Amino acid sequence: MTFSLQRRGLAQIIALLVILAVDRIVSPQFFDLRLQDGRLFGSLIDVLNRGAPVALLSLGMVLVIATRGIDLSVGAVMAISGAIAASLADSHGVPLAIAVALGAGLLCGLWNGFLVAVLGIQPIVATLILMVAGRGIAQLITEGRIVTFTAPDFVWLGNGAVLGVPVPVVIVLGMLVITGAVVRGSALGLLIEATGGNARASELAGIGTRAMILAVYVWCGLCAALAGVIAAADIMGADANNAGLWLELDAILAVVIGGTSLFGGRFSLVLAMVGALIIQAMNTGILLSGYPPEFNLVVKAAVVLIVLLLQSPRLASAGAALWRARS
Amino acid sequence: MTIKALLAATALAATTLSLPAVAAELTVGFSQIGSESGWRAAETTVSKSEAAKRKVNLKIADAQQKQENQIKAIRSFVAQGVDAIFLAPVVSSGWDAVLKEAKEAKIPVVLLDRDIDPSGKELYLTAVTSDSVQEGAVAGEWLAKTVGAKACNVVELQGTVGASVAANRKKGFDSVVAKHANLKVVRSQTGDFTRAKGKEVMESFIKAEGGGKSLCAVYAHNDDMMVGAIQAMKEAGLKPGKDVLTVSIDAVPDIFKAMAAGEANATVELTPNMAGPALDAIIAYKGKGTTPPKWIQTESKLYTAADDPMKVYDSKKGLGY
Repeated sequence: MTFSLQRRGLAQIIALLVILAVDRIVSPQFFDLRLQDGRLFGSLIDVLNRGAPVALLSLGMVLVIATRGIDLSVGAVMAISGAIAASLADSHGVPLAIAVALGAGLLCGLWNGFLVAVLGIQPIVATLILMVAGRGIAQLITEGRIVTFTAPDFVWLGNGAVLGVPVPVVIVLGMLVITGAVVRGSALGLLIEATGGNARASELAGIGTRAMILAVYVWCGLCAALAGVIAAADIMGADANNAGLWLELDAILAVVIGGTSLFGGRFSLVLAMVGALIIQAMNTGILLSGYPPEFNLVVKAAVVLIVLLLQSPRLASAGAALWRARS
Repeated sequence: MTIKALLAATALAATTLSLPAVAAELTVGFSQIGSESGWRAAETTVSKSEAAKRKVNLKIADAQQKQENQIKAIRSFVAQGVDAIFLAPVVSSGWDAVLKEAKEAKIPVVLLDRDIDPSGKELYLTAVTSDSVQEGAVAGEWLAKTVGAKACNVVELQGTVGASVAANRKKGFDSVVAKHANLKVVRSQTGDFTRAKGKEVMESFIKAEGGGKSLCAVYAHNDDMMVGAIQAMKEAGLKPGKDVLTVSIDAVPDIFKAMAAGEANATVELTPNMAGPALDAIIAYKGKGTTPPKWIQTESKLYTAADDPMKVYDSKKGLGY
C-alpha cells in the first residue's frame, strides 16, 4: 500500500523536476532568489505565484472530478468574483467586497451543484451553462470595461508578501491545508471517492451522494472565486473579458496530470497541486526561453503528452516487457 | 419689391434651409460587432455623439460578436430603407451576398475599423480604418528619436499570435528598428493583449535580462499589456518611464494615468472616432455626389507626457473604455 502510494506520485514529481531542470538550462538564473521590497524575487517564485490561480482552481476541480463530475465554469466564476470585488473595493471597503465576491462564488457552486445533484443534468452540460452565462454576467458588472481599484489591502492580496512569500502562494497553501484537513482528516474524502467510483452502490450503502456532489461544486465555486480575487488583485483591476479565460482547461489538465481519473474515484490533492506547478513551470520556462511565441502552444502540447505518457500504465508494462526481452 | 425678386428670395431661402434639412433626414444603420473590448464600447459612444453632432439619425444594432446577427441587421436596415449602412465586420469573409442586397437597394455601405476580403471590394463605398503598420512605425519613430544615438535594448510584448493587428504593429515597429543600428529588440513574446499576461511576460523578461538593468525600452502592442508590464517593473524595483522607456498603442484612459504619474512615456492612438469621417463621407456622397476614396485612413496620433495626460484621461474616461 505504502509502496503503491509512493509510486503513484513518482511520475509527476519526476516530471516537475525534469521541467525545472530544463528551465534551468534555458535560463541560467532560474533558481536565483533575492529579496525585493520584502518579497522574494526570482523565476521560481514566479512559477509559484503565477501558478496560484490554477492551483486554487484545481484544488476545487480535483474534488469535483473525483465524484465523476467536471466544472467548466470556474474561469467564468473567477471573472464574476473579480468583477464584484473590484467594483466594490473602493466604495464599500475591502472586507465586504471580498466577502460578496466569495459569496457569489459559493452561489455559483450551489447553482452548478443543484443542476448536477438535484436535477441530474450531466456535469459537462450543467456547468457549460454557467461557463457561457458567467462571463456575460461579469461583463454586465464591469460594463465591458476594466474596473480598476486602489485599495491597498486588496492590492496586497496580489502583490504583498508574508515572510517574503507572495500572498497568493500563502493563500494556496492555506486552502490546501484546510481542504486536506477536511477531506482526509475525516471520512469525507473516502465518501467522495465512493460517490465517484460507483454512485448507485454508494447510495445503497447509505452515503448521501447528493449532498456530497452538492458540497464539492460549492467548494469548487469558492476556490474559483478566491482565484478570481487574486487575479484581480494582481493587476489591480477586473478584466471581465479575459480573467480566467480558458483556465478551466488548465485546471482540468492539472488534475489529470496529477493522476486523478476523469472517471472519478481515487484523487490526490497534493498531486493536483504538482500538476498545476508542472503547467506553470512549463509556461514560465517558455517565456524565459526566448523562443518566438508561435512555438508556445506546440511546446506545451508536447510536454503535456510526455508527462501523460510517463503515467500510462500500458506504456509502463510494455516498456518493462521490452526491457525483460532485451536482458 | 417685385414679385419676381420675392420669389427668388424665397427660392434661395428654401434651398439654403433645405441643406441642413436633408442632413437631418439622413438615417444611418450601424451594425456594431458587440462589446468585445473597451475600445469597441468607446467607438459606439463616439459614433452616437458624432451622429448627433451632424444631426444624423444613427440606429445601432449590437451583433454580440456574431456574423449571422450582423447579416440580419443589414437585411433589416435594407428593409427599412436607410440612407446608408455602417458595418464593423466581425470576420472578413462571407459578406458578398448580403452586401449585394444592399447594393441592389442602392444603399451605400461604409466599413468601419476592419476590412473585408478583396472579393467584396466593389460592394462597399469606402472603408474607414486605421493603419496598424503605421501605428507600429509611429511608436518606433518616437523611440528612435527619444534615444538618439544611444544603444537601446528593447523588449516587445506582442498581441495575440495570429491576429493581423499584432502582426502589423510588429511589422511597423520592426521597419523602424531596421533603420537604426542602435535599436535592438532583444526579446519578443506574446501577452495576448491582456494586462495579466503582459505582467507575467514582463516578469520573465526582467529575469531573463539580468534583473532588467540592461533594458532601455518596452514596446507593447497595446496599452493594457503595458499597464501590466509597468506593474511588473515596479515590483522588480525598476522605474518605468525613467529607467525603462515605454511606448504602446491604443491610447486607452489608464495609460494616461500612468503617464501623468511619470510611469509611461508614449502611446499611439487608435482613434475610436471611425464614424465621424464615415458620416462626413456619406453626407458629401448623398449631398453633392462626391465619391470618397476607397480607403479613409484615420490618424495615428502620438501622445506623450507633454500632452497634458490628465486632461486627455478626463476626456476619454467617460467614453466607455
